[in-house]
Amino acid sequence: MTDLIERPTTSTPDEGGPSSVDHGHHDDHGEHHGPSGILKWLTSTDHKVIGINYTVTSIVMMVIGGAFAEVIRAQLVSPTSTLVTLQQYNQLFTMHGSVMIYLFVGPFAFAGLANYLVPLQVGAPDMAFPRLNALSYWLYLTGSLTMILGFFVSGGPAAFGWVGYAPLTSAINAPGAGADLWIGALMLTGFSAIFSGVNLIATIFYLRAPGMTLFRMPIFTWNMLVTGILILLAFPVLTAGLIMLYCDRHFGTHIFEVQGGGVPLLWQHIFWFWGHPEVYILALPFFGMVTEIIPVFSKKPLFGYKGMVFATLTIAALSLGVWAHHMFTTGAVLLPFFSIMSLLIAVPTGIKIFNWIGTMWGGKLHFSTAMLMAIGFVATFLIGGITGIYLASPPLDFFTHDTYFVIAHFHSVVMALTMGAFAGIYFWFPKITGKMLHEGWGKWQFWTLFIGTQVFTLPGYLVGLHGMPRRMAVYPNNPSWQTLNQWESVGALLIGISTLLFVVNVVASYRKPIVAGDNPWDASALEWFTSSPPPHHNFTSLPPIRSERPVWDYNHPDAPALGHGHHEPAATAAEKVEA
Amino acid sequence: MMKQESVILLFLGIFFGLMAGVYWFWGHEDGGGVMLVGALFLGLLPGLYYFWWYRRSGGNRPEDRDDATIADGAGVVDSFPSTSIWPFVLGMGCFTMVLALVFGTWLAVPGVALILSALIGATAESRRGGTV
Amino acid sequence: MKPAQQRRSRRRAILLALSAPLILAGCQLPSFGAYGGVSKAGTDTFKLWQGFSVAAVIIGGFTFLLMIYVIVRYRAKKKDTSLPKQTQYNIPLEILYTIVPILVVIGLFAATVVVENKVVANPTPQATINVTAFQWGWKFTYPGHKAYIVGQTTQTPTMVMPADQDVRINLRSADVVHGFYVPRFNFSRYAQPGLLNVFTFNITKPGLYKGQCAQLCGLYHSLMYFNVRVLPTDEYDAWMAKQDANTSIVNAAAQSGAVAAQISPRVPTNRAQSQGAN
Repeated sequence: MTDLIERPTTSTPDEGGPSSVDHGHHDDHGEHHGPSGILKWLTSTDHKVIGINYTVTSIVMMVIGGAFAEVIRAQLVSPTSTLVTLQQYNQLFTMHGSVMIYLFVGPFAFAGLANYLVPLQVGAPDMAFPRLNALSYWLYLTGSLTMILGFFVSGGPAAFGWVGYAPLTSAINAPGAGADLWIGALMLTGFSAIFSGVNLIATIFYLRAPGMTLFRMPIFTWNMLVTGILILLAFPVLTAGLIMLYCDRHFGTHIFEVQGGGVPLLWQHIFWFWGHPEVYILALPFFGMVTEIIPVFSKKPLFGYKGMVFATLTIAALSLGVWAHHMFTTGAVLLPFFSIMSLLIAVPTGIKIFNWIGTMWGGKLHFSTAMLMAIGFVATFLIGGITGIYLASPPLDFFTHDTYFVIAHFHSVVMALTMGAFAGIYFWFPKITGKMLHEGWGKWQFWTLFIGTQVFTLPGYLVGLHGMPRRMAVYPNNPSWQTLNQWESVGALLIGISTLLFVVNVVASYRKPIVAGDNPWDASALEWFTSSPPPHHNFTSLPPIRSERPVWDYNHPDAPALGHGHHEPAATAAEKVEA
Repeated sequence: MMKQESVILLFLGIFFGLMAGVYWFWGHEDGGGVMLVGALFLGLLPGLYYFWWYRRSGGNRPEDRDDATIADGAGVVDSFPSTSIWPFVLGMGCFTMVLALVFGTWLAVPGVALILSALIGATAESRRGGTV
Repeated sequence: MKPAQQRRSRRRAILLALSAPLILAGCQLPSFGAYGGVSKAGTDTFKLWQGFSVAAVIIGGFTFLLMIYVIVRYRAKKKDTSLPKQTQYNIPLEILYTIVPILVVIGLFAATVVVENKVVANPTPQATINVTAFQWGWKFTYPGHKAYIVGQTTQTPTMVMPADQDVRINLRSADVVHGFYVPRFNFSRYAQPGLLNVFTFNITKPGLYKGQCAQLCGLYHSLMYFNVRVLPTDEYDAWMAKQDANTSIVNAAAQSGAVAAQISPRVPTNRAQSQGAN
C-alpha cells in the first residue's frame, strides 16, 4: 500500500487535521488500514515499527552477549578454573565480542532509536526509503540468527576473536561451519548497516521540515548524519574484506595466506580501517542522545551547539586516519602519523565533555533516571577517553597492547555507551509507548550499573599493567592476578543485576502504566510536539521552526532571552498566527 | 546557508584526500593508501552529486531558509509505502543465499527464487503505486 | 589587569601546570600501577608512562571536580519552577578549551616521539637471538652458536640473554600471529607469518622474567609461556661456551625441535631448555 503524504500546514495541535491523504482508500487515519498481527510486523515499513523491532532485537542480543560475559567472568574467578574448556572459552569471548559489537551496540545506536527518532526530529513523515529500511531490519535479524546458529553446528561457533586476525581464520586453522557462519552474519549485518546509513543521510538531506536548516537540527540528528556518512565510508571495506576471507577459505585464493604470496597483515589493515571508524559509528549516536538529554534536565539550551557540530565533524574526519593505532605492535606501521592523529581525536572529544558540563553549569538540574544515566555516561566515558590517550602513544601501547588494560579501556567506553543507551531508553520510552518507566527501579538500575561498571573496569586496568594478556582462559603461572579478577567478576555480576532490574522495570511499567502525555520532560525537539506514541505518519501539525529548540520556543514564548544570542529569540506570537 | 550538505561531504572527501597524500608519501604502505583514496571518492561523489542536484532543483527549498514558515512547505511530500511484504521476502532470500555459502550450494536455488520474486514484486508494487 | 591579559596569564599558568609534570617525570613520582622496566628503553617508557599519568590525573581530576561541583551546586531546588539564564555560547571559553587540549596533545606527542625513537632504535647488536613463535610454543636460536631452546605450552622454554648488551631479537612466526610479550621489559611485539620483526633489548638488571603470548593464536593461547633469563655477561659467555661444546645434546635437541611445530602439544621437546635455564 502506498500513502501520498502531505505536509502538515498548521502549528496548533488542536486544529490540525489528519495529514495523511490516503491514496485509493477513504479512511481518515493512516494507522487504521493495512494488515494486523504478525502480518503487520512482517510487512510494516513504518520507521517507528522498524525502530522498535531493531531496539528490541538489539536488547535481546545484549542479554545474550551479557550472558556470555558472565560465564567468562565466572571462569576467570580462579586461575585454573575448569568451568569451560579452552575451546569453549575461545568461542565464548569471540561470540561475546561479536554479539555485543555487531549485533547490539551498533544496531541499537544507528538503527534502533535513530530509526525511530530521526524522521520525528526533522519533521518528516517517514524515512526516505521505507522499504529499504524494512530490508535493513530483516538483514540484521537474519544476520543475528546466522551468528547465533554457530552454536548449533558441529565444531561450534567461531573461536578466533571478534577481530578474526588472519591467518587464524584460514580453512586450516578454523575449519567448520562456525567460522563461515560468522563471515555470513557479518556480511548480512554489514549490508544492513550500509542501507541504514543511506537512509539516514537521505532522510536528513531531503525530508526536513520548512525552516529546519541544518544548523537547527537537534544534535542527535546531526550525529546520526555523521554516523551515516561514516557507515558509508567504513562498512564497504569490511564487507570487501569478508568476501576476500571467504574466497581464501573456499576458493583457494591466498590473499591473507603467506603460502600463496598473500599478506596476513592486510586483514588487519582492512579490519581496522573499518574498525576504528566503527568505534565512532557506535559512539556518536550515544553522544547525540546524551546531548539531547542533558539540556532538557538542566532547563537550558545546549552550551556550544556549533562547537558540538564541528567537534562531531572533526571526529569523523580524523577517524579515518587512526586505524593503525590498533597495530602499533605489528612493527609494520607508521607510528608518528597514527599517534598524532589518535591523540588529536582527544581534542573534539574533550570539547564535547566540556560542552556537556557547560550545559549543566548555571542550570537547574533534575536528576531523573535518564539524566543520571547521561551523567554516568560522561563520567565513565571520561575514564575510557583518558586511558585511550595512553594507547595513542606507541611506547605505552607496546606494553599495554593486548592486555587487560586495553580490555578495561574499551569496556569503560562501551559500558559508557550502554549507560547512554539506557539514558536514551528512559528518555524516549514515554514517547515510544506513551507510558513512563518507573523512576524508582530506574535509579536502582543506574546505581548497580554505574558501580558495577567501575568495579568491573578499574581492577582491569591494574591487572593489565601487571601483565595479564587478554583472552586467557586460565592463568596458572600468575596466581597473583586472582584477586583483581575476582573484583572484576563482582562488577560483571552487578552489571548483570542491573540488566535484570531493567527487565523488572519494563514489566512493572506495563503492569501499572503511568500515562506519559506528549511532552513529559518539557523537552525541545520536534518529536515532543506530536502525540505519544506518534500517529502513522508522525505529525498532524508542526510548530514554527526558528531555533534549534522549536518545541521549547513554542511552549515558553516568554522564556528568558538566550545568552550571547546569535539566534533569533523564540518565535513571536505574530509568527505563530501567521503560520 | 545553502548547499551545506554538499560542503560537509566535500570537506570530508578533501580531508581524506590530504590524509591519503601524506600517508602515501610518508608511510609507503599500499593498503591504507588505497582505502584512503577510496574514502576521498566516497566523499567527493555524493558531495558533487548533491551540489549538482541542488543547483538543478533551483536551490530555494523551504528547509534551507531561516525564515520559512510551516505553510511554505504545504503540498505533497512524496508517496510513501505504508506496508510491503517484499523487503521481508528479499531479506529471507539474502539469508538463504548466505546459508548456501555455508551449508551447500543447493540452498542457492530457493535463495535466488526468493530474491527474484522480491525484485519483481517490489518493482510491480512501485509501478502500480498501490496495494499488491 | 585587563580581562584579555588576565586570560592570557591564566592560560600560561594552566600550561605551566600541565607541562611541569612532564619535565619532572622520573623524579619521585608514583608508578601509577606500571612496572619500572628492567631495560634501558623500558625505563624510558616507564618515565613516559609517569608523565602521561600525571597529565591524566590533572586533566581528569580537574574535569571530575568540575562535574561534581556542577552536580552539587546546580541541583534544582524543590518547587522552583523558574527558568535559569539560557546561556548558549561563550566563544572565548570555547576557544580556550579547544586550544589548551591541542597544546597538551602536542606536548604529549613530542614526549612520545622522543621515547619512541629510543624504543624502536636498532643499534649494532652485541648479541643476536632468533625467536620463532609457533602454535603453541617458542623456539630460540643464536646465530653463530649451537644453543637451541624450544618448548611448548606448559613446558615453558627459557630464552637466555646477556645483560648490559644490545641484544637484537629477530622475531618470526611459523603459523599464525603471536605476541612476544615480557611485561617487565615494558614491551611487546607481534610475531607474524611472512614478516620479520627486529628490535633490541638492553637489559640492565639480570634475573628471570616471565613472558607469554599476548595475541590470540588458537586453542592453547593461554598456556603459551616462556621465560627470559638475563645473565651477567661473563655468566652468559660461559653458558654459551658450554652450549657450543655440548654438540651431541644440541643436535638431538635440534632434531626434536625441528618437528616441534608439527607435533601435538604436551609432548616434551625441551631437552635443551632444561639445561639452558640451569
